[in-house]
Amino acid sequence: MAAATTAPLMAQRTGRRRLRVPHALQGVLAVLAVLALLELVTAIGFLPQRHFPLVSDDFRALVEQLGDGGFWTQVGQTLEGWAIGFGLASVIGIALGIVIGSSEALHSATRVIVEFLRPIPSVALIPLAVLIYGTGLQSKVFLATFAATWPVLVQAIYGVRDVDPVAMDTARAFGFGRLARMRSVALPSSVPYVVTGLRIASATALILVVTAELVIGAPGLGQAINVARSGGDFELMYALIIATGLLGWGLNTVFVTIERRLLRWHPSQRLAEAGR
Amino acid sequence: MTARRAFLLGLEVLVPIAVVALWAAWSASSTSFYFPPLSKILTTFKDTWLFDRVGSDVVPSLLRLLAGYALATAIAVPVGLALGLSPAARRASAPIVEFLRAIPPPALIPFGIVVMGVGNTMKVFIIVAVCVWPVLLNTVDGVRGVDAQLIETSRAYGIGMRDRLSSVILPAALPQIFAGMRTALSLAVILMVISEMVASTNGIGYFVLESQRTFAIPEMWSGIVLLGLLGYVLNLIFGVVEARVLRWHRGARSAAR
Repeated sequence: MAAATTAPLMAQRTGRRRLRVPHALQGVLAVLAVLALLELVTAIGFLPQRHFPLVSDDFRALVEQLGDGGFWTQVGQTLEGWAIGFGLASVIGIALGIVIGSSEALHSATRVIVEFLRPIPSVALIPLAVLIYGTGLQSKVFLATFAATWPVLVQAIYGVRDVDPVAMDTARAFGFGRLARMRSVALPSSVPYVVTGLRIASATALILVVTAELVIGAPGLGQAINVARSGGDFELMYALIIATGLLGWGLNTVFVTIERRLLRWHPSQRLAEAGR
Repeated sequence: MTARRAFLLGLEVLVPIAVVALWAAWSASSTSFYFPPLSKILTTFKDTWLFDRVGSDVVPSLLRLLAGYALATAIAVPVGLALGLSPAARRASAPIVEFLRAIPPPALIPFGIVVMGVGNTMKVFIIVAVCVWPVLLNTVDGVRGVDAQLIETSRAYGIGMRDRLSSVILPAALPQIFAGMRTALSLAVILMVISEMVASTNGIGYFVLESQRTFAIPEMWSGIVLLGLLGYVLNLIFGVVEARVLRWHRGARSAAR
């Protein structure tokens, strides 16, 4: 009897749950709703069609681009600048950060300089980059490296300085030398900071690369967007802006995934997993 | 120990001075076209910025910066509160927010030019479009991080939604909102400069790029120095405001330690 009454209840409950939209789908539905709304608004002429082509046309242009070799060359050029700039910034930032962070004297000596240089908008250096490196890849790399080094450097300094002193003293008591302490205590505990710094640096490097392409006309996606605009090909312009956004989103997703995997042991990630 | 502290403080003050002195000494005899002597840059700085071009370039730049920054905060905080309080809205908006945030901001400038022309509207729009995200995301995180017990308690005491927002949730989220606003501030400076470099007839960014194009190198350097000072001073002011607004927070935290 009891089983007979619970069975329909269960069915009812699961039935109600099935009606609810799954979480992952909610976001997709919202995106589709926004796109449909934009399409509608442009189709009825609420937004001037001259400047706002139909969203479906933008996406058609994007799909066309995806089959175009020139588009992928531009993506490659942008990614090339990003990769070199980001790589240099990581190496410089981590190396300097560890050296500065592990010495009280060096930290004091450099603090004001870092605090002064860091807020300088890196774009202020665009003219200098053009003067010295011209309008090609080198300028992109210089700007991206300059801008992306700071977040890595600052995070690395914080990370190395934030090592649990008890762990450090314990290692010392067990006879670990300076280098061994560095390698097995200071470095692992600074990894969460450094990884966050790298994620910020990746976004910064991409921003600076696209800026350089846009402002000084170095070849790449940014330049292509500007060319599409001045040529009046707005569908292409929107398609390329969407492509640039997808590129940024893709890079960010890669870093978040790496961060989550690399730091599975760290409380911040464990909490995030539990909280989800 | 005090001797060591004095040594460290000395390093902190003297090393930057030494670096500037070194730059001055190294560049004093410089004949390089691109790296003029520091003294020349400083003289140009005085001639250009004190206070010749303040009205024509610095003030328009700062006004655009502040308008965009204020507007971004005014939009992001309420929206962030709403998203922070509603899990459904948060889930629905997540992909859109993630995508819009990932667009490298300069890519929006051509869009701004097409739709809004090259005037102040476009520049303020660009600054808003970029500064909104760090404030928004931090507000959402801040609201989500509010101690559930606080909310339950205030609900149990019959405190209405409006009062709960203004005297429980908002203050608790404020430290994190400020963290987002600090990030947004430096972004605002960057976007101000970029938007002026791409399309403008005045502003500091315009001046710097124009100086480079006309090979007025000391002027270009003076503009770079000015932008550096501007970024530094804005950061400083922000720190003072933050310390004042969050006085209770810092005090409570250090007392708890």
